[in-house]
Amino acid sequence: MSVFFLRRILTLVATLVAASLIIFLVLDALPGNAAQMLMGADASPDAVRALTVKLGLDQPLAVRYLLWLKGMAVGDLGNSYVYGTPVAGLIAERLVLTIPLAIMSMLITVVLALAAGIYTAANHNKLGDVGVMSLTQVGIALPNFWFAILLILLFSVKLQLLSAGGFAGWDDGIWPGIRSLLLPSISLAVVQAAILARVTRSAVLEVLREDFVRTARAKGLGKREVLWRHVLRNAMIPVMTVMGLQFANLLAGTIVIENVFYLPGLGRLIFQSIANRDLIVVRNCVMLLAAMVVIVNFVVDVLYAFIDPRIKVANL
Amino acid sequence: MADGDAPLIEVKNLGVTLNTSRGPAQAVRGVSFALRRGETLGLVGESGCGKSVTALALMGLLPDSAVISGSIRLDGAELVGLPDSAYCKLRGNRISMIFQEPMTALNPMHTIGHQVAEPLLRHTGVSAAQARQEAIALLDRVGLPDASKRVDAYPHQFSGGQRQRITIAMALACQPDVLIADEPTTALDVTIQGQILDLIADLVAERGMSMILISHDLGVIAENVERMMVMYGGTVVESGETNAVFTRMGHPYTQGLFRARPRLGARKGTRLKTIAGTVPELADLPAGCTFADRCAIAEARCRAALPAVVDVGAAHGVRCIRTDVSMAAGGVGA
Amino acid sequence: MPSSTRASRWPTCERAADRIRRHRGNRTGRAAATGFWRRALRHRSFVLGAVLSLLVLGAALLSLVWTPWSAYDIDVASKLHPPSAAHWLGTDVLGRDIVSLLLVGARSTIMVGVIAVGIGLSFGVGLGLIAAARKGWTEELIMRMSDFTFAFPAVLSAIMLAAVAGPGMVTSITAIGIFQIPTFVRVTRGSANAIWAREFVLAARAAGKGSFRITIEHVLPNILSILIVQATIQFALAILAEAALSYLGLGTQPPQPSWGRMLNDAQTLLFQSPMLAVYPGAAIAIAVLGLNLLGDGLRDLLDPRLARER
Repeated sequence: MSVFFLRRILTLVATLVAASLIIFLVLDALPGNAAQMLMGADASPDAVRALTVKLGLDQPLAVRYLLWLKGMAVGDLGNSYVYGTPVAGLIAERLVLTIPLAIMSMLITVVLALAAGIYTAANHNKLGDVGVMSLTQVGIALPNFWFAILLILLFSVKLQLLSAGGFAGWDDGIWPGIRSLLLPSISLAVVQAAILARVTRSAVLEVLREDFVRTARAKGLGKREVLWRHVLRNAMIPVMTVMGLQFANLLAGTIVIENVFYLPGLGRLIFQSIANRDLIVVRNCVMLLAAMVVIVNFVVDVLYAFIDPRIKVANL
Repeated sequence: MADGDAPLIEVKNLGVTLNTSRGPAQAVRGVSFALRRGETLGLVGESGCGKSVTALALMGLLPDSAVISGSIRLDGAELVGLPDSAYCKLRGNRISMIFQEPMTALNPMHTIGHQVAEPLLRHTGVSAAQARQEAIALLDRVGLPDASKRVDAYPHQFSGGQRQRITIAMALACQPDVLIADEPTTALDVTIQGQILDLIADLVAERGMSMILISHDLGVIAENVERMMVMYGGTVVESGETNAVFTRMGHPYTQGLFRARPRLGARKGTRLKTIAGTVPELADLPAGCTFADRCAIAEARCRAALPAVVDVGAAHGVRCIRTDVSMAAGGVGA
Repeated sequence: MPSSTRASRWPTCERAADRIRRHRGNRTGRAAATGFWRRALRHRSFVLGAVLSLLVLGAALLSLVWTPWSAYDIDVASKLHPPSAAHWLGTDVLGRDIVSLLLVGARSTIMVGVIAVGIGLSFGVGLGLIAAARKGWTEELIMRMSDFTFAFPAVLSAIMLAAVAGPGMVTSITAIGIFQIPTFVRVTRGSANAIWAREFVLAARAAGKGSFRITIEHVLPNILSILIVQATIQFALAILAEAALSYLGLGTQPPQPSWGRMLNDAQTLLFQSPMLAVYPGAAIAIAVLGLNLLGDGLRDLLDPRLARER
């Protein structure tokens, strides 16, 4: 078990370092000095030079990279080129929105997908199966931001039940906040759930074909009992793998969806920073998103070992 | 159930039609037999002859799309058409089954102790702790070494032979009246096969169970059951006391099967005898005798209609209209 | 790809199917090919997918020679017209004809998709084949790298590229293309490994053929059908990504029309002209649905064994 964890953690650290290196190289090493970008093409060379020194951009690439790594380790991400305030604070403000949004949509995704996947597998080739599967086929084809716009059209324009955008914040209790994240998380979740439902269905069907399902039936277990006690746990491995991979798409989706609903989250921050040429903020935001993806997939990997007794032994 | 002569299982004119991608297939036709308490019956035939389908029909485990006709009675109670919930009370309780593939027949995610205890928890009122103790005792009885220590191990930590012992323990957990063993040793090493068959035979004798043993191996059948049925193309072509069938083989197919056995000590260069032709597709069975196309002595009337069963001895029946030829000195082409 | 001299992609599919059957050792190539078409025309999702995909392709081709109005000329006087005989779906806020914009948008969509999938396909298949042929640390390195690339969804890479190089079609194509690579690496390596384990490859190795020749002569032809199916599905994903990037303003730039951009424009007018937000989204959905159905259909038709994957 300890060897298993050690190997996984080493891979995790290596992946994070590689990610930081790539992000740093793409954003900081490419032509077009950040100071020049900030001040525009017609700034005087002296002013650019002064700003370069002020931002610490005159130091060698390797030094700046190592300083950034050190900063991340101690939680000091530097100051925004534009606002002059600490980047960590800027990001923290935005995560208060983005993390609940990601969690809500992942929850909706998992609930919808497992319900639909298990229902269709249990009713294989019956009308309900065909109907739900056709729906998921359409769901996969929907761009999530278009689905979001359709939801706005229905709930905000036509029914006038929910607001078309903006975030109520958490100051007046959690309900106003959740309410304003409802449409965004649904529009993120539905498309993902369509994919995950198909994966769940085929994973469950695959396991239903296994010999041990017949053994369990031969013991006198009913179809439903076999499904819940024997099939689902076995089917969870591929489902979890896809869930981990989907998390990356989900985070990418939040960037898009925050723009649809004018939500002041991490995605909006990235966009504003690109517009402002505030590369230090972009760099840290992208790193944060990439790290979240990598860490979630690490957690999924470790969860396998808890679900499947065979994995521990194979890795010792 | 004081009446020892009443059959425990009585199958009459069982027919099974399966839905295949090539259309409906008559997997089993007109199978009838009766089994009293403590009796053993062998089902022998090539793969696809309907022996496993017959077993699954007894267990009520055929796919929902299968159409079952005829009658299966357990202690006089009709099983055909029984709702699944009622069938669940019998399976693993009064009728148990051992499957062919021990490597895949166990759930890799559950401990073996849990899997052996599961039928007990399902069918008897025992507590979880009692079921666990009982599972250890069962695992010990089927010869799993260190049963009390390994009860919490997972299937992948055991060899094929050990896993088959575990599935046997599972099948026996609730002291069933009938044990169906579907090719229980086919997937095992030859050295293990004998041990597992001996174990099954001991347990059957010890607990007074009835057993239906399914095998494609005539040797296994000869050594382990009192009566046997030879199946071909979904029908029983010959049935009777094991000794009688082996000494007076009546059906050309039984004779062919017997000659096709590989034997040690055969003269060098002797070719293994085979039965010409291939097993018919169940989706388009011929109208007459299913074996006619491969039979050396078939004639036009064999192909006209399915032959009736002819009695050729005490409780020895053969589904052939040419027994006069096939059973004349030495059979066909011997 | 060897021996695919004909221009259309369909004969390639047939041939891929033939090859698989030939290795399975039944039926002749020609009989299998006619069999493919007969089964294809009866396969519901294949037919529907092909019709929808051809619809989008037809729209793109049509836009090259004819559009009802110019998709570029601004005519603010006739802005936000409702559907009429002159403008079948009305006009947008700049007075451009919606139908014309949709037709030209199909062209951008297909172009971005083709190039991005081309990038993913060439790099991904190449790396996947190398990983399967070389094994050992080469395989390990390639697979770890492709796992790693999954951490950067197309939107994230596009954001990084846009931050340094500025937004635009090249940015979005590059980002989507990079994002496509790991999927192709995985699919290629997985199926190529299966081919490497087959007897006829063993026979070829025993005959002294090197891994490069075996890859070209045996592995690639045998995994072609799998790659075609995957490319179809990846095409759909590329269209979705392109739409999202254009919607965010990171992809295709105005005045070049694109479906994602149209949605962005329409969103500000949701209360006045809600239908403007419906058409481009529906166009994206039709294209993606068509390609997905086509991919599923091809998977069933080319190799039933594949149908269980995914």
